[in-house]
Amino acid sequence: MNIQATKKQLFWGLVFGIIFGFLLQKGGVTKYDVIIGQLLLTDFTVLKIMLSAVLTGMLGLHVMQRFGLIKLKPKAGSWGKNAIGGLIFGLGFALLGYCPGTIAGAMGNGYLDAIFAGLIGIIAGSGLFAVAYPLLKNRILTKGNYGNLTLPRLFKINEWLVILPVALIIFLILFMFERTGL
Amino acid sequence: MSWLMEVQWSPYAVGIGIGILSWFTWLISSKPIGCSTSFAKTAGLIEKLFRGNKVDDRPYYQEVKPGVDWQWVFVAGIIGGAAASSLLSGDFSWQWVPSVWEQNFGDNVLPRLATALAGGLLLGFGSRWAGGCTSGHGISGTMQLAVSGWISAICFFIGGIIMAQLLFTVIA
Repeated sequence: MNIQATKKQLFWGLVFGIIFGFLLQKGGVTKYDVIIGQLLLTDFTVLKIMLSAVLTGMLGLHVMQRFGLIKLKPKAGSWGKNAIGGLIFGLGFALLGYCPGTIAGAMGNGYLDAIFAGLIGIIAGSGLFAVAYPLLKNRILTKGNYGNLTLPRLFKINEWLVILPVALIIFLILFMFERTGL
Repeated sequence: MSWLMEVQWSPYAVGIGIGILSWFTWLISSKPIGCSTSFAKTAGLIEKLFRGNKVDDRPYYQEVKPGVDWQWVFVAGIIGGAAASSLLSGDFSWQWVPSVWEQNFGDNVLPRLATALAGGLLLGFGSRWAGGCTSGHGISGTMQLAVSGWISAICFFIGGIIMAQLLFTVIA
């Protein structure tokens, strides 16, 4: 085993992972039925969790960055990478009914389709990508490159002029879910 | 402490909890919540069992070095956290076929496993292609207002909704 972090980093990684897994399970998203319900647009639990996490996280992270406590690291990307990779991911997401985070939660929940098929598939699929990478690297993965662009830099406006409207839109979407009984 | 034994919490409580958790992963570990890179690192570690250090020559593994890091133990922690939560509430169960699958496709284990395996392959391949998953792009990328995160997250759901419709309305 090649250990790539200090003991302290590993300790906190484990603690945060346990909390994340606990929350995912309490949210119901370690279950195939809940995730497939979201993709069939009959159960909006997944979006409710994701959007309230994004709302809370976005406000806190940008306040902390404003006070110099943290430095955010938006990932670089491109249309070829994120849109095409995202669509492939989506097809797999619906077939498996778990994602890379929730499959770990599904394993903890005792779900054997996650342990004996999904997990093997994700690891093998990741390994296949490593094999295919040289063929894709300087071709499709760089098409429509936008680097580590963020929405405030895209629109060339102060970040709070993006954060506050996004927060409001998320709040209104969640409000609408509740009003319509979704 | 009876709230710890409840089967399900409000999705908003869970979401706000995950949002607050992300404050601390940044503050203490300078890391976003993310999962899928760990599966690539694991794939590299497994390939090393068979091919040894030649695996490090693959260009992908020069960028994503096989090994155990913060995120890898984070993912391992998820298994433990979900087990603790489900055991506390009595929701833990060994289950081969999920109930919605069973209602549509029957209780035969093999079709479910074959579909889950195929789904896993696409999910692993697609997450590495996109450079992240539902947590790394969908939660952490979008909350940083990263264009890569928003485009990926939207495409995850577009692809997912298309395949779910195909599977449950065309095939089932």
